[in-house]
Amino acid sequence: MRLRKMLAGLAFGVSVLAANAAAAVEIEYWQYVFETRVKAMDQLIQKFQAANPGITIKHTTFPYAEYQTKVASAVTAGQGPDVVQLFYGWVDGFVAGKLIQPLPKDAFPHDKIEADFFPIVKAMQRGGEYYGLPTAVRSLALFYNKKIFEAAGLDPNKPPQTLEAFLAAAQKTVKRDSAGNIISEGFTLDMAGQDHQWWREVLIRQNGGVPYTDNDRKVAYDSDAGLKALTFYTDLQTKHKVGLTGFMDEGQAAFKGGLAAMTIDGTFRLGAFASIKSFEWGVTELPADAKGMRSNYASYFANAITSKVQGEKLEASKKFLAYISSPEAMELWLQVVGELPARRAAAMTEKNLTNPIYGPFLKGLEYAHTTMFVDEAAQRQTAIDMVNRVLLQNQDPKASLAEAAKAEQAIIDRATK
Amino acid sequence: MIAARAKSTRLWDGLSLSHKRVLWAWTFLAIPILFYSVIRFWPTLQAIALSFTNWSLMRPASFVGLENYTRLVQDPLFWQVFRNTFLYLIIGTPISLLLSFAIAYYLDRVQFMHGLIRAIYFLPFLTTAAAMAWVWRWFYQPVPIGVINGFLTWVGLPQQPFLRSTVQALPAVLAPAVWAGLGFQIIIFIAGLRAIPTSYYEAARIDGVSEFTILRRITLPLLKPTIVFLVVFSSISFLRIFDQVYNINFNDPGGPLNTTKPLVMMIYQTAFKSFDMGYAAAQTVVLFAILLVVSLIQLRVLKDR
Repeated sequence: MRLRKMLAGLAFGVSVLAANAAAAVEIEYWQYVFETRVKAMDQLIQKFQAANPGITIKHTTFPYAEYQTKVASAVTAGQGPDVVQLFYGWVDGFVAGKLIQPLPKDAFPHDKIEADFFPIVKAMQRGGEYYGLPTAVRSLALFYNKKIFEAAGLDPNKPPQTLEAFLAAAQKTVKRDSAGNIISEGFTLDMAGQDHQWWREVLIRQNGGVPYTDNDRKVAYDSDAGLKALTFYTDLQTKHKVGLTGFMDEGQAAFKGGLAAMTIDGTFRLGAFASIKSFEWGVTELPADAKGMRSNYASYFANAITSKVQGEKLEASKKFLAYISSPEAMELWLQVVGELPARRAAAMTEKNLTNPIYGPFLKGLEYAHTTMFVDEAAQRQTAIDMVNRVLLQNQDPKASLAEAAKAEQAIIDRATK
Repeated sequence: MIAARAKSTRLWDGLSLSHKRVLWAWTFLAIPILFYSVIRFWPTLQAIALSFTNWSLMRPASFVGLENYTRLVQDPLFWQVFRNTFLYLIIGTPISLLLSFAIAYYLDRVQFMHGLIRAIYFLPFLTTAAAMAWVWRWFYQPVPIGVINGFLTWVGLPQQPFLRSTVQALPAVLAPAVWAGLGFQIIIFIAGLRAIPTSYYEAARIDGVSEFTILRRITLPLLKPTIVFLVVFSSISFLRIFDQVYNINFNDPGGPLNTTKPLVMMIYQTAFKSFDMGYAAAQTVVLFAILLVVSLIQLRVLKDR
């Protein structure tokens, strides 16, 4: 009798174990190392696992410099992540290399994506399929040093709203020594930072042009608008002398050190600037042109499902991807990382919009553009070189612009061949 | 089992002493040889094979013949980088050798705090190139941060752009690289100087020969092996310069306008920023050829007749 009971118990135990083993799926998630991002993702995974007891997520991170190489080589070899984080600008390469698969339409219907997310999510679409969804997005804004504004007799609560007012503020706040050397900038000039995005997606458009046509496959800035945008930018150093490229090495360093009144940077800089103790700073939307037209540049990291995933792992990956792009996850991401929610409803809350720091970035998202880079580093370099030719070699801006357009078109052509 | 062992022992005993010695030598050499062939030579051959393909990390390789090489010849960036690489070599090597020889020559005669001075010269060699480049980057800044420009404006001279100039940037990058290598070269030169028998000098002095003639007729000829070693060694290191350049201009590596970009950095950027592996492999093969030719020329020119 006792023996029979024991046997029955044992059989039950074995069957439960077997059932659990069948239900337990482990999927692997990869992203690059960035402290707050890793922390936020760990919290999301914990919550997800509590709600989905059958699924465990293995969280793996790599330094940014080797991240793309690792993903490409691992996935090509049929290993590595099931769900992977990628920069929106890598999609072409990842799709061409068959590293990621289209999002299954049953779990991610297109009309829902387009209705709920900011329009910049379109950058994840190729051939009618979406290849990934972002948790958070980043946009640009003008940071200004309230202490310097006050000292220059400007209202620290009324940052410049137009390009004209911006230039006037820069001229008022710049400080020079007796030899004319800048000792504190009115505005930071740093093409290697975010200025190339400002020039490309904002200044060119404000001058009546477009940076590219044909889905960003044809360079279109070798135009009157492009030239006006470029000279507006280089004039800041050569004519108005309100800033100097290379001053304190980087624009953000100059601003952080309290030696620049204004700088243009993204949401991702909020963490670094939060540690500033010696002065108060504010954020405002990127200046509008004379007609009140504004523009912005937005970018994001998206999460995608790799091409090798199928069966129950695919089901688990779908659930996980849906969770990390849910409003709840976006809320947590905003709190921990400081990046803006990618869903309109989660982002445009009264609370967020009135937030003095998030507000201007969120407003920027409404009218932001997203450049479809084929090789972000190389394309950025053409813009850096274009400005350097004017500033360091006194090349005619028109010639420099034409040279940049030609070089960038060659990069795009080679990549899309 | 036992029989087999007995047989092998017999085999070993049957060998002559010189055979045994050769066998031992090869046993020990086998490990580094194996290591080198797997870690060095095999990838080298593979890189050469890759240079004839259009492999990018994202798509499979297909054979394209000499396309990468013709592209390289037509690439203005390649010629600019080629020029930069040789500027590093032909400015860096003579300056660093002259400086280190002069310092070693006089340091050899200094008794007072000899060890301390030598240690001070050697210290930069121990410092990570990356850390040093970051510090020098700040030295070169405009006022109010840069030390050098701070000094210049203090004495009433105009600021210099240094790293922000297409003309000054390369020497500005080279200076810390020369400075960092100095310590090592001084140590080698001192060792070379000490190895020259003092009796030669004594004989020369008794004959009343001038110091300059001693230097020219005794010291330099006897230092030839040391000089050959240092020329080859420092040439190769200047041809392969990377960390200093990369870190001193971190946001625009090799800039401004590619005026400081060495070949190694072009390879790095082609391979790991643009993922154009086939093209990068072709550049690597060219670098390999340059290093080979330069080393062979130097060995031939400086060889004892």
